[in-house]
This record gives sequence, C-alpha cells and structure tokens, in this order.
Amino acid sequence: MQQLKVVSDSPEATDRIGWLTAGYLRPGDVLSITGELGAGKTVLVKGIAAGLDIDPAQVTSPTFSLMNEYTGRLPMYHFDAYRINRPEEWEDLGYEEYFRGEGITCVEWGNMIEEYLPRVFLEIHIEKDAVQELQRTISFLDVGGGYEKLMAKLRKEVDHAHSWD
Amino acid sequence: MVDKQVGWGAEHADVLVLGIETSCDETAASVVKGGRMVLSNVIASQVELHRLYGGVVPEIASRKHIELIMPVIDLALKKAKIKPTDLDCIAVTYGPGLVGALLVGLSSAKAMALALGCPLIGINHIEGHIYANVLEHKDVEPPLVCLTVSGGHTDLLYIDAYGDYKILGRTRDDAAGEAFDKIARVLGLDYPGGPEIAKQALSGDPKAIDFPRGLIHEDTYDFSFSGLKTAAINHVHNLQQKGETLPISDIAASLQAAIVDVLVHKTLAAASAYKVDTILLSGGVGANEALRDQLRQDAQALGINLYYPSKVLCTDNGAMIACAGHYRFLKGQQSPWDLNAAPQLRLGDPV
Repeated sequence: MQQLKVVSDSPEATDRIGWLTAGYLRPGDVLSITGELGAGKTVLVKGIAAGLDIDPAQVTSPTFSLMNEYTGRLPMYHFDAYRINRPEEWEDLGYEEYFRGEGITCVEWGNMIEEYLPRVFLEIHIEKDAVQELQRTISFLDVGGGYEKLMAKLRKEVDHAHSWD
Repeated sequence: MVDKQVGWGAEHADVLVLGIETSCDETAASVVKGGRMVLSNVIASQVELHRLYGGVVPEIASRKHIELIMPVIDLALKKAKIKPTDLDCIAVTYGPGLVGALLVGLSSAKAMALALGCPLIGINHIEGHIYANVLEHKDVEPPLVCLTVSGGHTDLLYIDAYGDYKILGRTRDDAAGEAFDKIARVLGLDYPGGPEIAKQALSGDPKAIDFPRGLIHEDTYDFSFSGLKTAAINHVHNLQQKGETLPISDIAASLQAAIVDVLVHKTLAAASAYKVDTILLSGGVGANEALRDQLRQDAQALGINLYYPSKVLCTDNGAMIACAGHYRFLKGQQSPWDLNAAPQLRLGDPV
C-alpha cells in the first residue's frame, strides 16, 4: 500500500493540503479521515471543499446532522461517524447511495465504520504532534489501490511546495 | 377560554393545531389552541438512553421514535381533551435533523392529516424554536434579533416580521452545544454535556483559563467554536501528561465563560446594528443560566429586552411546532403530500 506523509505546521497549512488534494479527486472517490478530537479533520475537509469550489465558510461540523451535502464543481458528501457507537447504526443513513454517487465522500471518523467503507478508499490520518501544539502529521494511505495517481501527483506537489520554502 | 389578546385575532382563538417534533432526541407532540394556549405538551426524551453511550445514537433515535410516536400523540390528544377530528391542521418538523428520526414524525403526521382530511404543515425546526418564545411571551413583536443555540445549531437571526427571517450569522465549524458536549466527554462528564458543564462551572473560576473567543473581534456575526474545542482539549491533555489532577470545575467555568462571551457579544452587536429593542434566546443551550444572566444584564444596560422560553420549551417540543404551524395555517399555507424530510434544511428555504 502506498503511503505519503505530509507535515502541517498550522490549520492554514492543513486547509491548503486539503485544497491540493481536491485538485486530484474524481467523482465517486471516498475519503476516510481519521484523527482525535481537535486534530483538524473538519479543517482538512474545508480545504477539500474550497478545492471543489464550495464556500468553505458553509462547511460546518456534521457531528449533529451526521451528513451534510454541498454543491461545488462536484458534489461533496461530508459524513461524521463520531456519534456512531455500533457500526450497524450506520446502515440507517442510506450511506451507499452517496458512496456510489457522483460526488466526493469525506467520512470523518471513518475508522468507526470501517466495515462499511468501500474496498478501495483513500485514508487520511491526522496525527497531533506531542510537543508542537499546532503541528500535525497527515498520512495518506491508498487502501485497496486506486489512488496511485493522486498519491503520485500529491507527492510531487508537496515536494515542490517544500522546495519553495 | 377565549384569549382576549389583540394582534393575533380572536376569531382564530379556536383553531386547534397538533404539533409533532422528532428531529433528534425527543419524541414530542402537543396540542395548541389559538396559537398560544398550550393544551398539552408531551415530550418523551431519549436522553437517558443516549446517556449510556455518551451521545445521540442515530439508530436508537429512529427506532425509539417509532415505538414512542403513537403513544405520545395519543397522550397529547387525551391531555388536551380533544378528538383527532377536532384538529384544524397538523404541523410537523421536516428538517433539519436526523433523517431517520424526522421521517418517523413526518410519516405519522402525513398519515393523520390524510385520514382526517386536514392540512399538513411542514415546519423548520429552527423556526419552531423562535415560536417557543412567541408561545410564552404574548408581547413579543418583531423586529427582533433571535439567537438559537443547541447541539446542532448556532444561528443569529434578524426577524423583520413573523415568517421573514434573515440569517445574520451561524457557526463556521462546531455548534455551541457541540463544543459543550465534546469537551464534556474529554473531561469524563455525562451526556448531555451542556448541563454537566454548567453544574461543574458553579464551583469553578471562569477566569482560571483564558480560552480563545473565536471571531469575537472580527467584523462578522458568524461564530467559530472549533478553536476553543481544540484549546480546551490541548489544555486537558497537557495536564494529563504532567500527571496533574484536572481542575474540572475551573475548566468548565472558563469554557462556559468563553462560549457565553462570544454568544452575548455577537448577539448584542447585531441588536445594536439592527436597532431592535427585543432579543430572543432559544434552543437547548438557551437553558444555560450563565448565558441567560449575562445576556439579560448586558441587554438591559443597552435598554434591550431579552426573552427566553421556560426550560421545557427550550428543549425540542411539539408546542413550538404547533405554534409556528398556527401562523402558517392562518396564512392559508399548506405543505404538499410529497413533503420529504430535509436533514439540512436552512431557514428561508422554500417549504
């Protein structure tokens, strides 16, 4: 499985990484976004939204509603499994329609509903730094193989961005 | 039994509306007469069930609603001492909320309205919270500014006339109640987090920790609570890493102060800018005493009246839905039979 690690030093950088990622997403892509409370999952999704021409100010936490839908150059389905305690509870949501839909699906806390994720998906894990309060390590994992191109392009972008720093 | 109140029409004093609300935790039904007389208000809460899991569990929510909806409606009619055929219309929350939960209330309302041959009126849940104030305070008249705060909503509205809403600001990330709930969980407190934080805050120092007040100095009526959430979680983790005991009451008091400060600041700024002399507070977080007290004091200083509903009407209930339905019924409005649940309904979206 391909993996790519990117270090973000601020919420703005996390947002920017989301924006870059959005540039390579295709209809039907499913992203599982994991990391503890306050890691920046919603921040990353706001960046992805901006990259899909969705006003990021409209993108709010889906914890209460479980799913928010937005319209950009592609639709974005923003799920949150934080409140899911037993995976079967997920079935009530009619998630399959969205996972197989024409939009981009972002699932925060996707690890809580692993058995319902498709065979192929992109996992993005955000890890808080133990020392630097704002720093995050963002790991992209191509689960099932299908995101090789995205990973390769993203790797180039990131290397490019670093060479400019 | 005829309400002599002027302004809402004594000729409509006999209109009977059944209001049904199942958007989240509560299975609720109420009969309201003449728009303001609550004949019954039955609320079956699932909070006890959800407490076991530390949050709203969607599957439990919709399954429990199915079990509770008919007994709750029956009880509401029985307490109101009326027969179903006495009803003039049926009002029901159709969004925003959890889709499975909304559908239970909506399907029941549709079935009843069809069987009785009376109009069905879909109500926006946020609009319902505004009417919780209208129900209780007969002198409330627009123009006014309304702050609706709950687990899923943080909306600041300007209301020029009933039914005419302008959204001034909303949260850009987490709702105020969500911040309460998530931080309460990190602190090991019970669900729902808001009341638990408020309880702990009573014995804490609100100035102990200077938590961020998101967007307070920005020129916007929008809110942001995710920075506060992260700051509070980091604070807790840092103390835990050092092996220190958590000063739970100080954290709770400081967190509550940060949330209240921002809510009060933005609401008063909006009231001043729109030159209104009335502010309404509604939604579950509207039951928070610290928020009520600070908002009341600061509003009074500016000569602005603050209204909030009694605590039973702050939480989700059918009476506010019936009241909102009453006014739409008087305008001759009616929802189509194919009205669907709208989990992400916004205020101002066409019915």
